Amino acid sequence: MPGTVSATASTPPRVMTGEHFMVGDHACAEGALAAGLDFFAGYPITPSTEICERLAHRLPQVGGTFVQMEDELGSIAAILGASAAGARTLTATSGPGFSLMMENIGLAAMMEIPCVIVDVMRGSPSTGLPTLVGQADVFQARWGSHGDYGIVAYSPSSPQECFDLTIRAFNVADRLRIPVFVLMDEVIGHMTERVVIPPAQQIPRVDRKRPSHEPGDAVFLPFKADADLIPPMAHAGEGYNVHFTGLTHDERGYPALNAQTHEQLVTRLVNKVAVHAPEAILTEEVDLDDAEVVVVAFGCTARSARRAVAMARQQGVKAGLLRLISLWPFPEERVRDLGRRDAVKRFVVPEINMGQMCREVERLTHLPVQSINRAGGAMITPQSILEVLVS
Amino acid sequence: MSVPAPAATQFVEEHPIDTLLRADRFPHILCPACGIGSVIHCYVQAISESGIDKAQHVCVSGIGCSGRAAGYINVDSYHTTHGRAVPFALGIAVYRPELCVTVISGDGDLSSIGGNHLIHAARRNVNLNIICINNFNYGMTGGQAGPTTPVSAKSSTTPFGSWERPFNLPHLAHAVGASLVSRWTVLHARQLKQTILKAMHKQGFAFIEVLSPCPTGFGRPNDRGDGIEDMRRYRQRCVIDDEAYLPDIDIDITDDTSPIVVGNFVDIDRPPFQPVLGAPRREVAKVLAENANQRTRSRESVGHEH
Amino acid sequence: MSTETTQNGPVQIRIAGYGGQGVILTGMLLGKAASLYDAKEAVFTQSYGPEARGGASSADVVISSDPIDYPLVTEPDILVTLFQEAYSKYRSSLKPGGTLIVESDLVHTNGDANVAGLPASRMAETIGRRIVANVVVFGYLVGKTGVISKEAAIKAIEATVKPKTYELNLKAFSAGYARATEESGRE
Repeated sequence: MPGTVSATASTPPRVMTGEHFMVGDHACAEGALAAGLDFFAGYPITPSTEICERLAHRLPQVGGTFVQMEDELGSIAAILGASAAGARTLTATSGPGFSLMMENIGLAAMMEIPCVIVDVMRGSPSTGLPTLVGQADVFQARWGSHGDYGIVAYSPSSPQECFDLTIRAFNVADRLRIPVFVLMDEVIGHMTERVVIPPAQQIPRVDRKRPSHEPGDAVFLPFKADADLIPPMAHAGEGYNVHFTGLTHDERGYPALNAQTHEQLVTRLVNKVAVHAPEAILTEEVDLDDAEVVVVAFGCTARSARRAVAMARQQGVKAGLLRLISLWPFPEERVRDLGRRDAVKRFVVPEINMGQMCREVERLTHLPVQSINRAGGAMITPQSILEVLVS
Repeated sequence: MSVPAPAATQFVEEHPIDTLLRADRFPHILCPACGIGSVIHCYVQAISESGIDKAQHVCVSGIGCSGRAAGYINVDSYHTTHGRAVPFALGIAVYRPELCVTVISGDGDLSSIGGNHLIHAARRNVNLNIICINNFNYGMTGGQAGPTTPVSAKSSTTPFGSWERPFNLPHLAHAVGASLVSRWTVLHARQLKQTILKAMHKQGFAFIEVLSPCPTGFGRPNDRGDGIEDMRRYRQRCVIDDEAYLPDIDIDITDDTSPIVVGNFVDIDRPPFQPVLGAPRREVAKVLAENANQRTRSRESVGHEH
Repeated sequence: MSTETTQNGPVQIRIAGYGGQGVILTGMLLGKAASLYDAKEAVFTQSYGPEARGGASSADVVISSDPIDYPLVTEPDILVTLFQEAYSKYRSSLKPGGTLIVESDLVHTNGDANVAGLPASRMAETIGRRIVANVVVFGYLVGKTGVISKEAAIKAIEATVKPKTYELNLKAFSAGYARATEESGRE
């Protein structure tokens, strides 16, 4: 089609296959596009604004919908609505906006509506350091909305991972029917590096489970889970007459305000993520085989940690790195195993917060856990990690 | 052989709107003489007369007594969080523009905690039908004051009488850009159903305020009697005036000598919010085939209307 | 004077100027050329603080043959300063023996030894538009240090600038590059 050819020349395709020198925020946006993003609603906030801007430009050109909402309360609500109608949806924000989204993150968990939420972490609390790095939202991502529920969160350490993990986030969200977070930090979001985008047919896609019953079949119960604890999802406009509510509900989706139903529902919401944790968890291991001191790090801090481990090895200290690519679910078994090894003597956890992920490590080992913290505003340097490794 | 009963006394198993209600959820939670059931009836009546496939209707609500409406209506229905029904509905309506999305919620949910979303959805002219049931208080939680509570009215949070100026909701909706603005009471069942029908076929943001008795939350502390008393008041005090000057139609529900102006006040045509360039989702090839000029033109034409 | 930068270890480059001088584009070109066209690793970062508006702003690039872990520039091997405040702020960060390039019309170095100066803005005006002064500097940097190849630099320019400004940018690059090679020829 001649028309298609000429238009393609001026409009980049949905999947920008090739090698790019790309900033992390843009790589995240491109990952979402490659994953088949249909609908983005967001409110610009530093340092995530470039995601919003990139999608404002790119998404409408490939047939998707971009909406700049009035605030983050509206942004998260809109992506849940669109997802309930069948869209792959994304919003992107930073600390203050992330806080505003918390109530409806709980709604997403309760209604089991898949969505991806990017939080580019900056110095906090409150307005904090809008343009400078922080890593202090990791517990908010896990426990920020009221009540018990399961989520998955990824933390990229490079623009390439911003691309790759955003795709993975969509697939996990749809697979488990949960909100999935991409917890970038400002350094990664604003860092430019090579990003390789594969051909469109090589982008992995896992779609949400759909009802096997026809609309009108009274046997279909919209919130009756299969053996994998995940119910198939019917979308708005398909004729299933579904009812979704944030109230405690039975398998029909109807409010059932009693302890027994609540117990069953909340247990399932928590367990469905727990039983699928092995599919969701991602780590990278560097020099752990003979390691005596294990550094556990994520995001931009993992880059400093990698350098520090190499420097420590040069000085004869057997250091290794467990890089958390997924933050939640936490790789409990792996950390327990490392802690049981004869060689391993201690853990070191550097992070740009006052000590969050070190608590996870502490609860999984009896070995000493040394925390390296800074409140935010700058990376933790390899030197400051090295000092602890060689001490 | 049994003799067929005369037609006039024939017993029918089903009411025509039975399939539009979730009968398995009855009895409902609403109080005797509450007006919300009447609004639900008008809505499902409008669905059945709309000529739009039932599967195309979606009902979204927030939190509160009115927010429970979605749960009794047998279409795809979403009972969301407090104040967020409108942006949730926006997500559905924008992603699936062929659907007929109606928000049924209360005055507090829509104009207090959800006020920002209401004005921005109206400003954008999102294709939504908003049915705002105004009972002048937060009924479900025991009768607290809200942004529609009249001056001097008592509630559990205004024990000495409210001293805040309440919203004039039709005036607000018009000022921020709604394409269709009406006010009725639950007494005006036929007019209300007709207005909902009109909203269902209108492309754009329709705001329908429905005054409703709340004998438990609002009636008791303000000596308003039961719901029947309120219906009598509506009959005596309501003035239908489609041409009403909206800044003047504040309601003082506690002053039985003042009129309550109702009617279809605003009905204008403005392009609905349509952020999708060119063709529908996923038809990427089709979108790519749209040349850049067409895109620019369509953007300009939307821009001129604002 | 020439900095034959080692091709193995990471090379840290800082380009500092004020808003509007195009330092961000220069850093972007450098990183893109190394990363996409010279088969090296490169990380580009920039200051995002409030000082990015009006005051000194910097574009930092790390280039290496090996994967780069720590992404920030701490002690530049190559420092380019395009106005006085940037010179004052960053001069002391330069690695001993590193290369210092300045816009000679805008920076007084007070007898600083081993400074390579060029009047980039005047050169750009001669070429046609003052706005390409940063690309003149880019050409000079490439010619002077060899941190990336000329071919990669030109490919990066072609892939980055608007097609209708390509010729102008190429001229600017060539002017800067030629000046650097002429200087080394004189030595």
